[in-house]
Amino acid sequence: MMKRRSLLATAGAALAASRIPAAHAATLVGVTDTEIKIGHTIPYSGPASAYGVIGQGHTAFFKRVNDKGGIAGRKINLISLDDGYAPPKTVEQVRRLVEQDQVAFLFNTLGTPNNTAIQKYVNSKKVPHLFLSTGADKWGDPEHFPWTIGWQPSYRTEAQIYAKYIMKNRPGAKVAVLYQNDDFGKDYITGFKDGFGKDYAKYVVKEFSFEVTDATIDSQAVSMQATGADVILTAATPKFAAQMIRKVSDMDWKPLHFLTNVSSSVGAVITPAGPERAVGIITSAYGKDPTDPTWANDAGMNEWRAFMKEYIPTGDLTDGGYVFSYGVCTTLMQMLKQCGTDFSRENVMKQATSLKDLYIPTLLPGITVSTSPTNFHPIRQMQLQKWTGKTWELFGEIIEGTGA
Amino acid sequence: MQFFTSRAFPWLFLAAAVVLPLLFASDYRLFQLTMVVVYSIAVLGLNLLTGYNGQVSLGNGAFYAIGAYTTAILMDKLGLPYWATLPFSAVICAGVGFLIGLPALRLGGMYLALTTFALAVATPQLLKYKAFENYTGGVQGVVLDKPDAPFGLPLSQDQWLYLFCLAVGALLFALAMNLVRGRIGRAMRAIRDQPLAAEAMGIDIAMFKTRTFALSAMFTGVAGSLGAITIQFVAPDAFGVPLSLTFFVGMVVGGGASIGGAVMGALFIQFIPNIADEISKAAPGAVYGLLLIAFMFLLPGGLASLIRILSGKKRTA
Repeated sequence: MMKRRSLLATAGAALAASRIPAAHAATLVGVTDTEIKIGHTIPYSGPASAYGVIGQGHTAFFKRVNDKGGIAGRKINLISLDDGYAPPKTVEQVRRLVEQDQVAFLFNTLGTPNNTAIQKYVNSKKVPHLFLSTGADKWGDPEHFPWTIGWQPSYRTEAQIYAKYIMKNRPGAKVAVLYQNDDFGKDYITGFKDGFGKDYAKYVVKEFSFEVTDATIDSQAVSMQATGADVILTAATPKFAAQMIRKVSDMDWKPLHFLTNVSSSVGAVITPAGPERAVGIITSAYGKDPTDPTWANDAGMNEWRAFMKEYIPTGDLTDGGYVFSYGVCTTLMQMLKQCGTDFSRENVMKQATSLKDLYIPTLLPGITVSTSPTNFHPIRQMQLQKWTGKTWELFGEIIEGTGA
Repeated sequence: MQFFTSRAFPWLFLAAAVVLPLLFASDYRLFQLTMVVVYSIAVLGLNLLTGYNGQVSLGNGAFYAIGAYTTAILMDKLGLPYWATLPFSAVICAGVGFLIGLPALRLGGMYLALTTFALAVATPQLLKYKAFENYTGGVQGVVLDKPDAPFGLPLSQDQWLYLFCLAVGALLFALAMNLVRGRIGRAMRAIRDQPLAAEAMGIDIAMFKTRTFALSAMFTGVAGSLGAITIQFVAPDAFGVPLSLTFFVGMVVGGGASIGGAVMGALFIQFIPNIADEISKAAPGAVYGLLLIAFMFLLPGGLASLIRILSGKKRTA
């Protein structure tokens, strides 16, 4: 297999110069001698249009790549389409990209329901569906969906990391979990089960759930305290996370409190709950926060700032969306570099799943991107951070999730 | 230009709609046209209620969601073929529409608009509700398989689905045309324009209003079913307020109280957002808004009025 591919790559390089259509056994779509066409969907309009900056970041990033001569002599043509965060629209736009525009592959399509809607289709068409913008765990399922791969750490990985930390630093702790009764919340239970393994029942005294439609989680918080737990995990979206922080503080209860990084926003969670009530809460991070003074003179972030200054001069430098975009685009460029001159769909997928300890300037020091034919979770490491009363402060070493 | 209003026109239009896309459209374009058929049924459903009967609904997306989920659950959990789910969806949606029509009797104008709006707001959350999760798939939704053409017909999946939706659509459009042309249609319009006079003439307003609601819900629900089969996926967040407003936009742009307007409104809501996206990535919403204002300014009676103007016919509806 290896042999044939490298042979094809060499043949492809020779043929590229002579403009004779290559007799590929592999599927070569959307790639010419001068261009690689890739597709992307994101909400530029609608309820989630705040994510639109990611698409602007991508467009600017590939403009810079092209200004510098492109990759393997080819310019990157990113076709970025608006889906308004509506899954039916995503299906339509992705079909346009695949069937009409004939893109080589899809890159960083955004949204969990949106990607769910297209996953079956793109896998049946064997179109690489790379580095999605969603934190769900299900994108790492090579057995059923060999053409789909995520990027950021999944909620499940995050929970594995908390479990690892608890086992190491608080052996014998009694853990109570509060989770939102949906995919997002349940990923944390799954992650805890991976992390604690056979000791799950020993550590976790009780799980409590709530509905997104519930008014408050006060009664759950009271019951959690009654279990005698000294460590708690809150896997809840911002509104409920803020309620939980407030209630725990009101009850004068002082457990070690782990909080999903979905709800680590200072503006949406900590400030409404009261910054002084949240002191000591632990969450996790994998990327550098553009507002954190720690990175004011960081080489990686300076690289990003220089890019922003030249290509998106009007962009908001506190918007994490641009940082995210820079990180995921850098990952894609490494994959394309590894492709050599063979940009067939098969080789693209092969290279996307053979990234080794890739340094990304916008990720926390020590966190790298690695994939393999059995590991479709590119980022599996995170670092913990603690709320000091004013800001999140990183501490401890980089922790890697368990399992693949 | 009498052509557009002639009796033969709907038949010619239908024949063209069957033949031309099959000959010339790619699978992707067929998929878009299938969605136009789906949306035109939904817009027609709303038009019967709001355009013809004067009951403003900002919540028809809820019926669309019920239809979509009925089909999804019957296909996914009970293994029913896609076509067999349509009657269930029609009956269920008509029932729900009738029930919602009852309190709507007491509400008029803005209050009814607000009540139906509440329905649209509540729908995604109800679909996520824990008790139904085994059926609805919760937030994750339900993924469906795409039907193949039956009887070994030499058609692609998209071609077949287009024809199937077109057939259902043609049936519903014929039904609506017959309804609004006859006694019932006159009664519906009379209630809209002069409720007191209508009642004095012996029209049972309560009965007509609730049945129109049921009819509207049935049309919209069937559209939802066809939409679910076409998209192959249902999830709660696809059925929020924006969907209901989209139908409303389609109805107004196409032209209230107009059967043909529903098709034009559907073309608008399917294609104009794409055009807006082409024009500006930074603010597609603003471009869409401007286009909408331009349309309303130039054609206050909707796209259907363009045909009336062209054919020089006075509005009779």
